[in-house]
Amino acid sequence: MTTTPLPPTAPVGEALDETASADGKPRRLSRLEKRAIATKGKLSSPWASGLAILIAILWTVPSVGLLVTSFRPELDIRRSGWWTVFGGLFNGEAEFTLDNYQQALFGSGANLATYFVNSFVITIPAVVIPITLALLAAYAFAWIDFKGREFLFVAVFALQVVPLQVALVPLLTDFVNLGVNGSFWTVWIAHATFGLPLAIFLLHNFMKDIPASLVEAARVDGAGHVKIFLRVLLPLLVPAIAAFGIFQFLWVWNDLLVGLTFTNVGSRPLTVAVAEMAGSRGGDWHVLTAGAFISMVVPLIVFISLQRYFVRGLLAGSVKG
Amino acid sequence: MTRIRRRGTGAAIAGGLGLALALAACSDGDSGGGSTDGGDTGAATEIDCAPYEEFGDLEGTSVSIYTSIVEPEQQTQEDSYDPFEECTGVTVEYEGSREFEAQLLVRIQAGNAPDIAYLPQPGLLKTIVGDFPDAIVPAPDATVANVDEFFSASWKEYGTVDGTFYAAPLGSNVKSYVWYSPSMFSDAGYEVPETWEDLIALSDQIVDDGAMPWCAGVESGDATGWPGTDFIEDIVLRTAGPEVYDQWYTHEIPFNDPQIVDAWDTAGEILKNPDYVNAGLGGVDSIATTPWTDAGYPILDGTCWLHRAANFYATQWPEGTEVAPDGDVYAFYLPTDQSDIKPVLGGGEFVAAFDDRPEVQAFQTYLSSADWANAKAKTTPMGGWVSANNGLDPENLATEFDKLSAEILADPDSVIRFDASDLMPGEVGAGTFWTGIVNWLTGSSTQEVTDQIEASWPAS
Repeated sequence: MTTTPLPPTAPVGEALDETASADGKPRRLSRLEKRAIATKGKLSSPWASGLAILIAILWTVPSVGLLVTSFRPELDIRRSGWWTVFGGLFNGEAEFTLDNYQQALFGSGANLATYFVNSFVITIPAVVIPITLALLAAYAFAWIDFKGREFLFVAVFALQVVPLQVALVPLLTDFVNLGVNGSFWTVWIAHATFGLPLAIFLLHNFMKDIPASLVEAARVDGAGHVKIFLRVLLPLLVPAIAAFGIFQFLWVWNDLLVGLTFTNVGSRPLTVAVAEMAGSRGGDWHVLTAGAFISMVVPLIVFISLQRYFVRGLLAGSVKG
Repeated sequence: MTRIRRRGTGAAIAGGLGLALALAACSDGDSGGGSTDGGDTGAATEIDCAPYEEFGDLEGTSVSIYTSIVEPEQQTQEDSYDPFEECTGVTVEYEGSREFEAQLLVRIQAGNAPDIAYLPQPGLLKTIVGDFPDAIVPAPDATVANVDEFFSASWKEYGTVDGTFYAAPLGSNVKSYVWYSPSMFSDAGYEVPETWEDLIALSDQIVDDGAMPWCAGVESGDATGWPGTDFIEDIVLRTAGPEVYDQWYTHEIPFNDPQIVDAWDTAGEILKNPDYVNAGLGGVDSIATTPWTDAGYPILDGTCWLHRAANFYATQWPEGTEVAPDGDVYAFYLPTDQSDIKPVLGGGEFVAAFDDRPEVQAFQTYLSSADWANAKAKTTPMGGWVSANNGLDPENLATEFDKLSAEILADPDSVIRFDASDLMPGEVGAGTFWTGIVNWLTGSSTQEVTDQIEASWPAS
């Protein structure tokens, strides 16, 4: 696994088709292609498929349960489990309603639309800022030779072990002293700070893998750091940037703790608003199912539409052959 | 589009404006619905502005409140501040959060305390006074005068730490209630019991008639167990009496004192009696896993007869349930065999201030006044709220049930004691007492459980 450089399958397939149609006879497979086929054979054994399906089902059951629950009437939710609807479907007793969504979206004070906007306002800069900074830092760590580079890089990487939780109160104190408390800056800065170590590490490793000859060639042609960065490296980094972008987006979108600590009423993200839905004494928890699905819509869209990059990017920081 | 501008702050500068705009456009139609329903009922309330004039010209200032009270109760709170805002021109900025208790301490520590916080427990007040003596400020004289006038000495005492009065009581809860179905009772010919003996006799009668009398549930997320502590406290007040109760939560007597063990066992006669519980829900074990919010629902199905829960359980019934003496459900006072007194287990919020600006003090004074209590009663059309403020006119309360609660609070025979678990140190009152309840309900003996809780009592 560690030595298999998962080749982008589409181009290989196309190339194969092209050569096959051009010559009219099968050509010799390269070593890489042989290995790809062997791996495919290994991974697609019926046992492996069965296991994958089983895991997929197991992992999906809670979400399905949540989805079914979100459409059930309040009293049914409280009285019986969601799986009972399947029995109910046959004898026609199962009842479904949109009331929970109605209450979650338009119920008293729970104006999710505002919080939706807040979540975007928080998430987008909180993704863009660390990527921008990390790209520059990663470039410096990878291609600029300066004293103490290794040490600094290890130091930055080591920051990953600092848990977010211990930094909350000191960070809030700083924000209060700086007078930015309650603005969106607090959340942006907090998320950017916590995202940076991983972003720098991931992008650095990716950048380091770009052949040095490419950079040297550009340098010979008279390109400076800026030009190399923008013209040579950036286009090659798109998958890594996208991958980290998804990571960070999902993380920030789903974050409750940072949002809870640093935002005020006006700047609350969706997660905090959903958590409040249960009511002062937690009696309205049945609405949470609908709230959860509403807040899940955006990450689902992001994940599904960018899934390709996600899988590719997962390997971006790992050891490559 | 207008929505975004109105919501102001940073919304407009965001990246991803396209998506944001699309969302805002979609939501335009419903923004009105959310803010208008529920409100405006208290607009008619007129109050005397004179008490707030002594704080000077407050026009244009604002006071921030941080509390654990969120929607839908939030709206009724905000509406009740209208008369004050009209008088003084102060803007009250309300922020409710379910994570209030943890977040308040974080904020105080970071130097970002709100002007005013509604503390749901005197124990939390003690913690704050102990840990952040510089952050919290004592109540102003005008507030003290109001509290002396409108509240009994014991309520004032709960807001006092080491002789300094900090926090005036706000709303109050009455926890000594048993919920039942009036129609089921009249169909079966049962009477509302007047004494503890009657209550047990009634339970036996129900068992003889082939049903299960009691339903209960103590599950409450990370606070699982608290409804059970209320049950125990109510019994301690009845079997051991208020004096012992005071010694118990102040730890003058150990937690496993025989009188307390006795009270647990008395509670166990109901909660651990397989003939009595858990009606419509399962066996004795199921008490620990049934959400407290749902535990009374079997009454609506006719499978449960009695459910001990606080007055705020009134708001937990499913929508459309009529809470009235002739409605679907109602509650009676948890009876006692004591003839001279009527012990009542209570709870409530307290108004702590973290700033002494004149507008904050004026607002504190308003909240402790009879004017506020009456305004709040009028802005709570659905009911489910009551205060120990004796200036509160019961006629202003929205429901029969709230009037009953106010009556119990005002009854001269009532001996009101605050929820002991809220007064004990956090390690016990929000820790081992809760877990002890769960262990006790799932098989541990009273002696074992009380011994364990006693062992966990902090040394100081």
